[in-house]
Amino acid sequence: MESRGRLLLLLPLVVVLLAVIGWPLLDTFWLSFTDARLGGQTGNFIWFDNYLHAFRAPAFRRALFVTVMFTVCTVGAEMLIGLGVGLLLDMDLWGRKFLRGLLIVPWALPTVVNAMCWRVIYNPDFGALDAFLQQIGAIKEYQSWLGDPTTALIAVGAADVWKTFSLVAIITLAGLQAVPRELKEAAEIDGAGPFERFRTVTWPVILPPLTIACVLRTIEAFKVFDIIWVMTRGGPLDSTKSLSILVYQEAFSFRHAGYGASLAMLSVAITMMLIGAYSRAVKIQGAVR
Amino acid sequence: MKRTRSLIAAALGLTAAVAFSVAAEAKTTLNALFMAQAGYSESDVRAMTDAYLKNHPDVSIKLEFVPYEQLHDKITLAAGSGQGYDTVLYDVIWPAEFAENNILADVTSRIDPATKSAVEDGAWTTVYYKDKAYGMPWSVDSKYLFYNKEMLQKAGIVNPPKTWDELLADAKIIKQKGIVDYPIVWSWSQAEAVICDYAILLQAYGGKFLDENGKPAFNKGGGLDALKYMVQSLKDGVTNPHSTEYLEEDVRGVFSSGKAAFALNWTYMYGLANTNAKESQVVGKVGVVAPPGVDGKNPIGTVNGAMGLGIPTSSQNKDAAWDYIKFLSSPEIEAKYAASSPPIWKSFYEEAAKQNRPDADLMKAEAESFNALSNRPQVPDYQQFSARLQQAIQQALLGKATPEDALNAAAADLSN
Repeated sequence: MESRGRLLLLLPLVVVLLAVIGWPLLDTFWLSFTDARLGGQTGNFIWFDNYLHAFRAPAFRRALFVTVMFTVCTVGAEMLIGLGVGLLLDMDLWGRKFLRGLLIVPWALPTVVNAMCWRVIYNPDFGALDAFLQQIGAIKEYQSWLGDPTTALIAVGAADVWKTFSLVAIITLAGLQAVPRELKEAAEIDGAGPFERFRTVTWPVILPPLTIACVLRTIEAFKVFDIIWVMTRGGPLDSTKSLSILVYQEAFSFRHAGYGASLAMLSVAITMMLIGAYSRAVKIQGAVR
Repeated sequence: MKRTRSLIAAALGLTAAVAFSVAAEAKTTLNALFMAQAGYSESDVRAMTDAYLKNHPDVSIKLEFVPYEQLHDKITLAAGSGQGYDTVLYDVIWPAEFAENNILADVTSRIDPATKSAVEDGAWTTVYYKDKAYGMPWSVDSKYLFYNKEMLQKAGIVNPPKTWDELLADAKIIKQKGIVDYPIVWSWSQAEAVICDYAILLQAYGGKFLDENGKPAFNKGGGLDALKYMVQSLKDGVTNPHSTEYLEEDVRGVFSSGKAAFALNWTYMYGLANTNAKESQVVGKVGVVAPPGVDGKNPIGTVNGAMGLGIPTSSQNKDAAWDYIKFLSSPEIEAKYAASSPPIWKSFYEEAAKQNRPDADLMKAEAESFNALSNRPQVPDYQQFSARLQQAIQQALLGKATPEDALNAAAADLSN
């Protein structure tokens, strides 16, 4: 009876989720096996042609590569910087409270605003970055960071790291509050150095929340769209065209709804794998506790 | 008795409620989609709409503004969902796609012969596809060559260039004299903007996007020469190398801050750069001419940047929408906002030529350009065509391929 009551309470959520996620997902799945065009007829059933075309298309492989590069590099940098800043702000520093408050600002900033700000910072004729680098003698001439295919993805990635490292730092800080003080003191009395104390006392406590943060950020980064769209729209030379941008372009600009749907489903499949990793991370955390 | 009275009161209340809701329903609501970028500004469109609503109390209009880059996708997306807008602004490159896919309603019968002959020919190409009209032209535009008069004077250049080779030579003098580092700035980002700049050069060099059979022809003759010119101007160090990440607004920023002697841009830049001291450091120093030509080929290069207002097929208020469109594109309204966007009406330019206007340079550049407007290809899959060509042009500009190889590869892809 109790379990039936619980199920009943969950029912509204399940209904809403099925309506806003389940049905569109099924519809997209069906669409991915057709040659439907946006605004046109429903299209013919063409089995796996769209998927085969995707695997053969250099544009898909390139977009997948861009997405994986973006995800690995930004999440890696966010974890490292976030962890470092989190540890730093846990120390007894002057103005620690103020700095902790400041940490939330980049995270709270809307992505589009962040992207616009960085576009101005990177501006190759008036940008602050070029001015700074020239003044310290790192570059002779102003560079076009977003106009050069070799630097564009790094530049967009840096803007994304600036916005999201603070989330990791906040999670680290929260995790650090759970480290028992007496354990730290005991380790210190036993003659453990700072690195040894971090490895044996702090790290095991903050690892589970950091793992979850890492997986969640990976899922987010893999779906990246808005920051790239505002900063480069996938250019120059498709060097920043992520999977989501390719899906958008195929489905809405070129109106290849069927093919766009197949690309979206491939993206969903990869995200599902990442969600699997998240579930595992949650289980590990549960086991640690 | 009391019960009867309550019943009467309830009935009256109900009647009033029904009458009120009927009255509310009688008010037609139009959803209109516009662009927040070049051309008529958001405040222009709001002011025009307010003027319309003053005389149409039975209509309410919901305005939506998006950047140019989202305009096409918004229109197709709304069409895909089968509901949405009653009036949409659209670009000269989309009527083929919108007509073939039944996105815009055929309004041929709504356009009378008098209107037909009074509007610039180039403007009609925005809305006509296979002899049917899919809207009313709203603005006609082309990119012009803007120049900084003071810089040219300092360099000892008396007249603005008439050919692209002259432009290159002038730019070299300006660079050599150290007036600016990079005399020319363009919008060569991976976007439609680079196609517009390329189209101007392509026409000047006598090239074609497509041959008579509709197959790509930009990889030969004038099309190839145009891209070679772009690459050469980068190699010579006279083109701002950051142009490969610039859109029109970035070009305006560089030119208005006095960091370039020459720039290609649409009409809207003239007012902002030459008269608006808040937006520009080169106020009063801006000259403008129709883009140069090439000796022995074409005396001018242009790009048709006209835009039109159409009614999506799914609109339930087509008559009201057409009335609103007719008002927005009327000669009086267009003349009033001519500083933002060139009007479609021939009479405006005839009148302007007779007056001694402060923007006489611009009027002359417009009149010359509108007589020779060149179109980008009218193909149903234009977005795909343009995306592939953008990629090829950028490959050459960024030194990743020769102009020949880049254009040949794009032509081969687009032929399939």
